[in-house]
Amino acid sequence: MFDALTDRFERLSASLRSRGRLSEADLDEALRDVRSALIEADVELSVVRAFLDAVRDRLRGQALSQSLTPGQQVIKAVHAQLIDILGGSALKITYAPRPPTVVLLAGLQGAGKTTTAAKLARWFAQQGRHPMLVAADLQRPAAVEQLRVLGASIGVDVFSEPTTPVEVARRGLETAQRIGRDVVIVDTAGRLAVDEALMDEVAQVSAAIAPHYTFLVIDAVTGQDAVHTARAFHDRLELTGLIVTKLDYDARGGAVLSARGVVGRPVVFAATGEKIEDFDLFHPDRMASRILGMGDALTLIEQAERAMDPEVVAESAGRLMSGTFTLDDFLAQLNQVRKMGSLGGLMRLMPGMTKEMRTAASSIDERQLGQVEAIIRSMTPRERREPALIDGSRRARIARGSGTTVPAVNQLLKQFTEMRKMMRSMGSGGLPPQMGRMAQLAARARPQDLPPGFEALADATRPAPSAPAPRGARGKKKKGGRVTPPKGR
Amino acid sequence: MSTVIIILVVVALLAIGATVATVVVRRRRPALVAPPPVAPLPEVLVPEEAPRPELRDEPAMRARLGASRGVFDRLRGLGAGDVGEDDLATVEEVLLRSDVGLATTEAVLDSLRRDGAPEGVATAVRGVLRASLDRPRDVVEVADEGRVAVWLFVGVNGVGKTTTIGKLARREGERGHRVVIAAGDTFRAAAADQLALWADRTGADLVRAHEGADPGSVVHDAVGRAAARGADLVFADTAGRRANSSNLLDELAKVRRVADRGPGQVLETLLVLDATTGQNALSQAREFLAAAQVSGIVLTKLDGTARGGVVVAIERELGIPVKFVGVGEGVDDLLPFDPDEFVDALLRA
Repeated sequence: MFDALTDRFERLSASLRSRGRLSEADLDEALRDVRSALIEADVELSVVRAFLDAVRDRLRGQALSQSLTPGQQVIKAVHAQLIDILGGSALKITYAPRPPTVVLLAGLQGAGKTTTAAKLARWFAQQGRHPMLVAADLQRPAAVEQLRVLGASIGVDVFSEPTTPVEVARRGLETAQRIGRDVVIVDTAGRLAVDEALMDEVAQVSAAIAPHYTFLVIDAVTGQDAVHTARAFHDRLELTGLIVTKLDYDARGGAVLSARGVVGRPVVFAATGEKIEDFDLFHPDRMASRILGMGDALTLIEQAERAMDPEVVAESAGRLMSGTFTLDDFLAQLNQVRKMGSLGGLMRLMPGMTKEMRTAASSIDERQLGQVEAIIRSMTPRERREPALIDGSRRARIARGSGTTVPAVNQLLKQFTEMRKMMRSMGSGGLPPQMGRMAQLAARARPQDLPPGFEALADATRPAPSAPAPRGARGKKKKGGRVTPPKGR
Repeated sequence: MSTVIIILVVVALLAIGATVATVVVRRRRPALVAPPPVAPLPEVLVPEEAPRPELRDEPAMRARLGASRGVFDRLRGLGAGDVGEDDLATVEEVLLRSDVGLATTEAVLDSLRRDGAPEGVATAVRGVLRASLDRPRDVVEVADEGRVAVWLFVGVNGVGKTTTIGKLARREGERGHRVVIAAGDTFRAAAADQLALWADRTGADLVRAHEGADPGSVVHDAVGRAAARGADLVFADTAGRRANSSNLLDELAKVRRVADRGPGQVLETLLVLDATTGQNALSQAREFLAAAQVSGIVLTKLDGTARGGVVVAIERELGIPVKFVGVGEGVDDLLPFDPDEFVDALLRA
C-alpha cells in the first residue's frame, strides 16, 4: 500500500537528512520531489498544488527549530499536512437519537459496494449495534443473493424484494423499525456518474430514506477520475464521506488523498483486504505515518491483538526472555504471525525498518514460510528442544524430510541459535533500540493521544539513547484500560 | 537473507505480542463486547444481467466517450510557434488529468520544448502521443493447422473480465468462429454462472468445473472439447484475485502452459484494465506481463468520465498494445481500439 509514495518520500528524507541548513532553493527542490511523488500516486492536481502551498506556508511561518534539522522540518511539515488532507482525526460515528441510523452506500461498478456493505454491518455489530442490510441493488440480480450469503455468514438480516430500489429501501427501513434494528445499511447498484437516469434513481432512494450517513465506495487504485466521481456523487447525494476499498493492493491511494481536498469529505472507513474483518475506521494520522515510511506501530499492535492468542504468546515470550525458547515455540509463533497477514505488509507497519529490510521482507512469500515450517516439522521433538543435538547426518535427514537442502537447514539453525543468544542477553540487559521502541509503543497502545509517529522518526535519525529494559515496557494500568509509561523513562 | 528476515519479524512480533498479552491479561478483559466469530467470507454468485440493447451499427468511439472538461478546451486554444511556460503548464495539466502519468508527460513537454509547435500546441501534443501508440494491434484468431486457438483473459477483480469475454465471444461468433469458453475462475463459483449467462446469450459452449477445481484442468478440458467438436477458439477466464503475487504467477503460468499443450495454442493473452485505474495500472500490467506474457489490453469502462490515459504509459514503457475498448454494458459495446480517436478524446482536440 502506498509503496510508490513511501519510496519517494523515503528518498527525499534521505537526501534532506544530510543537509545542515535549508536554502530556498533546497526547499524548492524538495517540494518538487514531493509534487512528483504525489502526482505519481494519482493525487488530483489541484490537491497537489494546495498541498504544496500549505507545506510551504507551514515552513515559512515556522521559526527554525533547535532540535530538528531542516530536512526533518520539511518532513514534519509534510507529515502534518498529510494528516490534515487525509481528514484530521478519524471520524467519530454517532447514532441517531431515534433509531435506526440509516447508512446509504453508492459508487461505481466494481468498486466493491456489496462486500463493503457486509463489512460495515459487521463493524456495527462489533460496536454492539444491531444492523440490518437492505439490498437495493436490483440491477445485478445476484447482488441480492451475494448480500444474503454475506449477511448469513455474519449473522445479519438482509432485506430485499423484487420491486424498485426506492421501494426496497423504504420498506427495508420500515422493516428495520418494526423488528427493532438500530442500524440500516442500504446497498445500491453500481452506476456511472454520467448516467443521469441511474443518478436520479439513487437520489430518489436517498430522498426516500433520508440517510444519516451517505458513503461513496471507491476503489483505491482509481486515478484522476476519482475526483469527478466523488464530485458527481456529492452533488447529488450530499456525501458524508468515502469508504476506500482494496487498499491492500499496491494502490497509490491518490483517491484517498484527493477526496477531502476536492469535495471536502474525508475517508471514513478503509477496507484493507478481502476478508470480512479487514475493515476499520480510517485513521489519517496513521496513514500519514505509513505514507512517509515511518511505520504504523499502532495498527500493528491492533492486528497482533486481534490475531494472536495471548496465552500462547505470553508463554513463549517468557521462555524467549529466559533463553529456553525452543523451535516448537518458534513454530507456534510463526503460525501466529502468519495469521496476521503477509510478512511484507507487517514489515511495512514496523517503525524503524530500513528500506532494504522492507524490500527483502516483501519478497518473501508463503512458500518460504512453508519451507521453514517444513524444516522444523521434519525434526524430532527432542531435536526441536535441543537444536545442538543436530549433527551432520541428522541435518541430511531433515533436509530430505522437508524437501529442502542441508544449507537451508544449516542457515535456519544458525539464525535460530544466534537469535536465542541475543534474546537471552536481552533478558538480562536491554532490548535493541528498535524493539525497545516497539515495546514502548505497545505499552502505550491504547491512549489516543499518542504522537502520530513523528517521534519515532526523529528518534531514528538521532543516536538512540540507552534502551529501556524490557520489563519496563509493561507499564502500569489505570482505570479504563489506559496505560501509563513506567517511571524513570 | 530470507530466513534472517523471517526470524526477525517473528521475534519482533513476539515482543509486541508479549507486551500486548501482558497488558491484556492485566486488564482482565473488562466487559468488552466480544466480536462475533467471523466466518470466512464466501464468494458468491454474481451473474451480471446486463441490459440487452437492440442491435445497431457500431457507434464511433468518440460518440460514446464522456463529457468535455474546461482545461481540455484551453489546450485547443493554444497557438502555434514557440511554446511558452504557461502553455507547457496547460499541456502538463491536461495530460496529468488524463492519467497519462508523469514520465509520458515529461516526454511530451521535452519534445515541445525542443521542437516547438509549428502547427499549434494541440497538434504537436497529439503527434507525440499518437507516435507512442504506433504499433500493430491486430488480434490473432487462427491457430496452426489442426490446433485450437486459445485466448487467455487476465486482470484484477472488478474490472469487467467476464463481461469482456462475453462481448468478445459474441464478436468472434459473428465473425464465423466457434467459441468455447473455459470458466477458469474456479475460485468464484459465481464467475462460472455469470459466464454461463453469456455463453447462453452468444451461443458459445461453456466448460466449467466445481468450485476450487484446478483452473488448468478446466482449460485443458475446454481445449479438448473444442478439438472434439470442431470449435476453433477457446476463451479462458482466470481468477481475478491477486492473492500473493507468487501464487498468481504460478497459477497463470500453469494455465498458460496447459493451454499451450496438445491441440491448444495460446495466441492472445489479454489483460483487462478498468479505465478509471490510475498509475497503478502500470504495475498491474508489469505483473501480468511477467506472469502470462500479456499480448494485448482490453480497456473497459471508457464510457464514464475516465479517460484511461495510463494505457499510453503502458504502451510506451511495456510495449503492450491496447486491442479493444469497452464503452458500455451491452453485448455490442466492445470496439476495436482506434488510437486516433483515443488521443482525440484524451485531448478533446
